[in-house]
Amino acid sequence: MTRTIPVPANNRGLRRSAKKRSRALKPWYTNTSLVAGMIVIGLLIFVAVFAPILTPYDPIQQDLRHALQDPSAAHWFGTDKYGRDILTRLLWGTRVDLRIGFLSVIIPFVFGSILGALAGYFGGWFDTLVMRIVDVFFAFPFLVMVIVLVFILGSGEASIYLAIAAVSWVAYTKIVRGEVIVAKELDYVVGARLSGMSHARVLFRHIGPNVLSQSIIYGMSDIVMNIMGVVTLGYLGLGIAPPTAEWGSMILDGQEFITSHWLQATLPGLLVVVTSLGVSWLGDGLSEQLSPERRK
Amino acid sequence: MSTPLLEVTDLSISVMGSKARTKIVEGVSFSVEAGERFGLVGESGSGKSMTLRSIANLLPGGVTVSSGSILYKGQELIGLQNEKRRRLMGPEIAMVFQEPMTALNPVMRVGEQIAEGPRRYLGLSRSAAMDLAVSMMARTGIPDPKQRAKAYPHQLSGGLRQRVMIAMALSCRPKLLLCDEPTTALDVTVQHQVLRQLEELCEDFGASLVFVTHDLAVVNQTCSKLAVMYAGRIVETGPVKDVFKDPRHPYTQGLLTSAPDFDQPERELIPIPGFPPNLADRPPGCEFAPRCRYAQADCTSLQPRLLPVEPGRNSACLHTEEIFPGVLV
Amino acid sequence: MNQPDVDTAILGMSDIRKTYRLSSSVLQRFMKGSGRRSELTALAGVDLELRRGETLALVGESGSGKSTLGKTLVGSIGASSGIISYNGAPMPAHRDKELSRRIQMVFQDPYSSLNPRISVGSMLKELLLLHQIVPRDQVRDESIRILNRVGMDEDALTAYPSQFSGGQRQRIAIARALAVRPDVLIADEPVSALDVSVQATILDLFESLQKELGLSILFIAHNLAVVQHLSQRVAVMYLGRIVEVAETAELFKNPRHPYTRALIASIPRMSAESVNQQFVVHGDPPSPIDIPPGCRFSPRCTFAQDQCRKVDPTLQNIAGTVVGLHSSACLRAGELPIFSTILQRDGAQ
Repeated sequence: MTRTIPVPANNRGLRRSAKKRSRALKPWYTNTSLVAGMIVIGLLIFVAVFAPILTPYDPIQQDLRHALQDPSAAHWFGTDKYGRDILTRLLWGTRVDLRIGFLSVIIPFVFGSILGALAGYFGGWFDTLVMRIVDVFFAFPFLVMVIVLVFILGSGEASIYLAIAAVSWVAYTKIVRGEVIVAKELDYVVGARLSGMSHARVLFRHIGPNVLSQSIIYGMSDIVMNIMGVVTLGYLGLGIAPPTAEWGSMILDGQEFITSHWLQATLPGLLVVVTSLGVSWLGDGLSEQLSPERRK
Repeated sequence: MSTPLLEVTDLSISVMGSKARTKIVEGVSFSVEAGERFGLVGESGSGKSMTLRSIANLLPGGVTVSSGSILYKGQELIGLQNEKRRRLMGPEIAMVFQEPMTALNPVMRVGEQIAEGPRRYLGLSRSAAMDLAVSMMARTGIPDPKQRAKAYPHQLSGGLRQRVMIAMALSCRPKLLLCDEPTTALDVTVQHQVLRQLEELCEDFGASLVFVTHDLAVVNQTCSKLAVMYAGRIVETGPVKDVFKDPRHPYTQGLLTSAPDFDQPERELIPIPGFPPNLADRPPGCEFAPRCRYAQADCTSLQPRLLPVEPGRNSACLHTEEIFPGVLV
Repeated sequence: MNQPDVDTAILGMSDIRKTYRLSSSVLQRFMKGSGRRSELTALAGVDLELRRGETLALVGESGSGKSTLGKTLVGSIGASSGIISYNGAPMPAHRDKELSRRIQMVFQDPYSSLNPRISVGSMLKELLLLHQIVPRDQVRDESIRILNRVGMDEDALTAYPSQFSGGQRQRIAIARALAVRPDVLIADEPVSALDVSVQATILDLFESLQKELGLSILFIAHNLAVVQHLSQRVAVMYLGRIVEVAETAELFKNPRHPYTRALIASIPRMSAESVNQQFVVHGDPPSPIDIPPGCRFSPRCTFAQDQCRKVDPTLQNIAGTVVGLHSSACLRAGELPIFSTILQRDGAQ
């Protein structure tokens, strides 16, 4: 270099406010899947909550004089063989199935995720032990295990929760463990450790939020699985005890009249499909929303 | 001057975004003479790799040449039938990539991979092509080439793999060799060997070289002419020696003064403030103006064109004459 | 071997070794005939000291173990054997909060070294409170002070890492390391992932941290031109061992190990006059699984003699120099011909 180069005064400090604003952060309502899922699930929750107000009929009280009626102004979808209004039972069924579907995810989600995080983070013999147990549980199909457990524990909502929790924690453990093993080698996690932070802080503040999204998204699909499980149990006559309105047992009740009163068996099935779709959309939307690029 | 081997004129390349097309290369023109070694320098996102890939018809999905012309030996490559264009690759034009592991077939012995081209394009028999492969490997400095020809890519070190890539690229004696950061992933001592060998081989085979890199020193070592790219445009071209000694564009000057020079350890490093523009949202006027220490009022409104500043040298700066009052070196 | 000087050395390394046992499959164990050593030697006895307030560059090629040494020093991996001493006292295997604060690391890739979900402000706040660097009501002021120190503005506090460019992220990563007020900074190739025009700003920053804050910096790099610019001393590493240490000017003027010479001669040059055309070293660095007997550089060395293939040389002070100025692990260090980059500049051998 033969020539001297003028250095402008502002060149050394470089203290410009230079945040990249180019990648505008999109607000949540532009996320189509999320909005669609929220609408569907929101509607279902609404009818579940307000079922007692929305229909004048009782879901359990039999009225044999009006048994097996066709759809009419009084009974939009007709009545079943005990004279109960189908619509009423559908709405009350939403209460049961949605409640079990969502609640049954919580225990396995929390327990499985924590166990997986600990196993992945600390490794060693603890990891080996946990993963062997997980392998054992994974060897059996989900529904078969749940049915067997409910059969042993006896029917009723409590045993359904127990059975599902006992079987489905393994998936969360496996997912979170894998994510933690990758995340703990990331520079920012190593850096956090090197700054003298405790294991608990590193694990729950720095690793946790970054690995949990996978688990949450899986949880959404798990809700669908669990609803299917409850419905299947109901259909097999194992789940919720009979007079209670529940989609599975409604399908069971309705199937003997499938040729004459087909709405009885198909409507609960349709609701299962709609619920699954709503939950899946919600899951897709969440997975997009939870990626760090999108957050505000 | 006779027809250059490669002549790129007003080349623009754009990528299809979610909403709009973004031009990532705009109005790029340069030419490469037979036997010349041409360097294309720029930072990440300057469009240098895309320019190179467009010559080899290897643009990734969604990225297309939107206008301009690429003449190879006077023949237009843009719009040429794919089949005809493919037939040029190998015997006429060959490419060496940055990461040989992804460019080599992992389940095929390297000797056979090198021999494939000569068998197809030069019509050599299996054994003759294999002999050629082994001799090419020897010429690229691979020790014990007969044994190594039987190895699979993963059994070789990074330096050897890159040599295999070069042997493969040169096996059909192409007239134009395109290199995309071929030594960036290599260690210093290995980089030095590979560059030397690449140079020697190109000389022996009379092949021209287009060498894309971000490393100015590597260009200085390897090339005779260069073009400096910034934000998808060429901002300066000329003979390497002259440009390094006496840059005629503020960006080139900035690059040279911000990089440490081994021969001048005492020289202060002068960083270029700021960072390159977002190509989807280019600033008006000269793209470099917001970072330029010499920028004047008209720089942010007028788009400079690449114009001759000296015989054989071009610069795309509105104020070249004032900033670099012309002492000829 | 130089005695680590307690007065000047802030970080001492004595015979640091790190080997990894490579897991052999059941099949490999079954076919014992192949009889390969299944051990990877990342560090093969490193002796080095980082002096108080200096920038020491650690250079070497991939597989030389320079990053492993850096990680060993900050304690993110444990050494298999050897002693790391801090201010003359050996470091315990498990460092407490206070001790880990003293030695901080800056990573190569600024895209993975910052937590994408934590804003710059809360990242700094967490560190400041964790180590009680300042009282709670001064956290914001201190954060701004740190950001200004690395050339960033106050408005970075509320931003997330994804909103910054690579160079800015690296500044924030340096701010993260500085927040806990360390004495030693281990920088692992902190500019290699950055664009050329941005590198200089980060190098400047390191220089000012050393000069103005008196930090001791171990700067791990493969680019000798960068090292020459920044450091007071240079240690050259080859296959898990330090082969030469000297003050920067001395090392580049008078390298006393053939590998160092090869490295210097391989540097691509910036000026047209100094293009180096000759081949300087042959072959690739060998694998750390399979370290050659005798001097580890002997298979590639043009000066190697029979004894070089038998005797594994240790790092020795160069005869005739002040202790600690220049040491080399070459048996023939004293006999090497005069080395000059000027000669190459003129194109003569």
